[in-house]
Amino acid sequence: MSEIPQLLVHETGDNVGVVVIEGLEANTDMLVCITHDNSTFRLTVSEAVPIGHKVALQDLKAGDTATKYGEDIGKITADVKKGAHLHTHNCKTKRW
Amino acid sequence: MTSDLSKVTIQGFRRDNGRVGVRNHVLILPLDDISNAACEAVANNIKGTMAIPHAYGRLQFGEDLDIHFRTIIGTGANPNVAAVVVIGIEPGWTKKIVDGIALTGKPVVGFSIEQNGDLKTIMNASRAAKDMVHYASEIQREECSITELWISTKCGESDTTTGLGSCPTVGNMYDKLLPLGIYGCFGETSEITGAEHICQERAINKDVGERWYKMWKAYQDDVIFAHQTDNLSDSQPTKGNIEGGLTTIEEKALGNLEKIGRTSKFIDILEPAEAPKSGKGLYFMDSSSAAAECVTLMAAGGYVLHTFPTGQGNVIGNPIVPVIKITANPRTIRTMSEHVDVDVSGILRRDMTIDQAGDELIEMIRRTSNGRNTASEALGHREFSMTKLYRSA
Repeated sequence: MSEIPQLLVHETGDNVGVVVIEGLEANTDMLVCITHDNSTFRLTVSEAVPIGHKVALQDLKAGDTATKYGEDIGKITADVKKGAHLHTHNCKTKRW
Repeated sequence: MTSDLSKVTIQGFRRDNGRVGVRNHVLILPLDDISNAACEAVANNIKGTMAIPHAYGRLQFGEDLDIHFRTIIGTGANPNVAAVVVIGIEPGWTKKIVDGIALTGKPVVGFSIEQNGDLKTIMNASRAAKDMVHYASEIQREECSITELWISTKCGESDTTTGLGSCPTVGNMYDKLLPLGIYGCFGETSEITGAEHICQERAINKDVGERWYKMWKAYQDDVIFAHQTDNLSDSQPTKGNIEGGLTTIEEKALGNLEKIGRTSKFIDILEPAEAPKSGKGLYFMDSSSAAAECVTLMAAGGYVLHTFPTGQGNVIGNPIVPVIKITANPRTIRTMSEHVDVDVSGILRRDMTIDQAGDELIEMIRRTSNGRNTASEALGHREFSMTKLYRSA
């Protein structure tokens, strides 16, 4: 892959991806790669997001389920816009 | 390295019981906390020995005491250890440790402090330790197959890059080496929470799967739910995990489980510090997710090499087992490179495949087995942490 992706997604159908570069700035037009099949698409990130943190791939509502690895990783606790930072401020475990 | 992994050899230490070690330590091993000073004095007297001080060993009872004995005996019995001097406050439990280690056939002798005092004990133990250094230093490395290794895994300071890069790298290594006959081991009971349905399916059969689920559920009910004072949001995931981008225990667990690869099934479940008894293959050890505790237990189970994926940069080592650290996080490579043995950050840039990363890890396993010191060995990390189940009597 000649252009280095800014965001990696594990599986098709996941609604979050992971920032894999340092210093990602707001409004960057990101190359997104789905690692499962190496397919790519583009997404604009709406805010600066640190390396390792997640970005929503679609609009999510409070009560929705965050999906990564094709699996349930927790519940959305506040509405998240497509391209926004998704972390402990808007997502929580269903376990404890 | 040859492409046929079954023909890859390492230069190891073959012990009397047939096991292969990759290090040749002479240990000065305390039975209990109050014998640490004498052990450290002996290790100071006799060069080429190592004392392993620890915090417990008095007035423990029941399952907690069983784990203590298994951990100390297993540490001495590990094939990375050539010979052992045991020191305890009294002769009874000291002898129990000596007898347990002696089953391997390696030289082991015990000393007790009561009715001798520290100074006489240190003198007698130092003479024995000196003989053991002469013995161990004449043992030669010999050619062994890479398939004779026992390799454990546990990740630490995880973040989202561990699930993308370093954990799948270990999984790829297991996919390649487990079918050739190595022993593998994973654990971290609390950290499977959120992926327990996937883990149970990776058991070799229904019986092992059901025993695994019962063990996992018992930990949830008897430990987590019995002792939690909050929602564990500062403990699991940890502050470091959250800083690294992990939001929930489910997300952490799914990344963690990438370490066992795609193809292997686990064949049995081990108690903490228990040695495998069901032959070659992958085992699950009921263990803490705290790095030093977990690696200490797996080393006591007989594993001679540890593969340790990290995201944010865990610095852990072990006194007797080389800990090979793998990271895919470019920030960790930039800020903490002295702790990293295998850099797989190319996976995130998509210029390295998981298959290539697995091969690089196997090559580092080969070199480490041959004697290359790991980052943690060079930096002097010798964390030895006993698992304690409840208060002593």
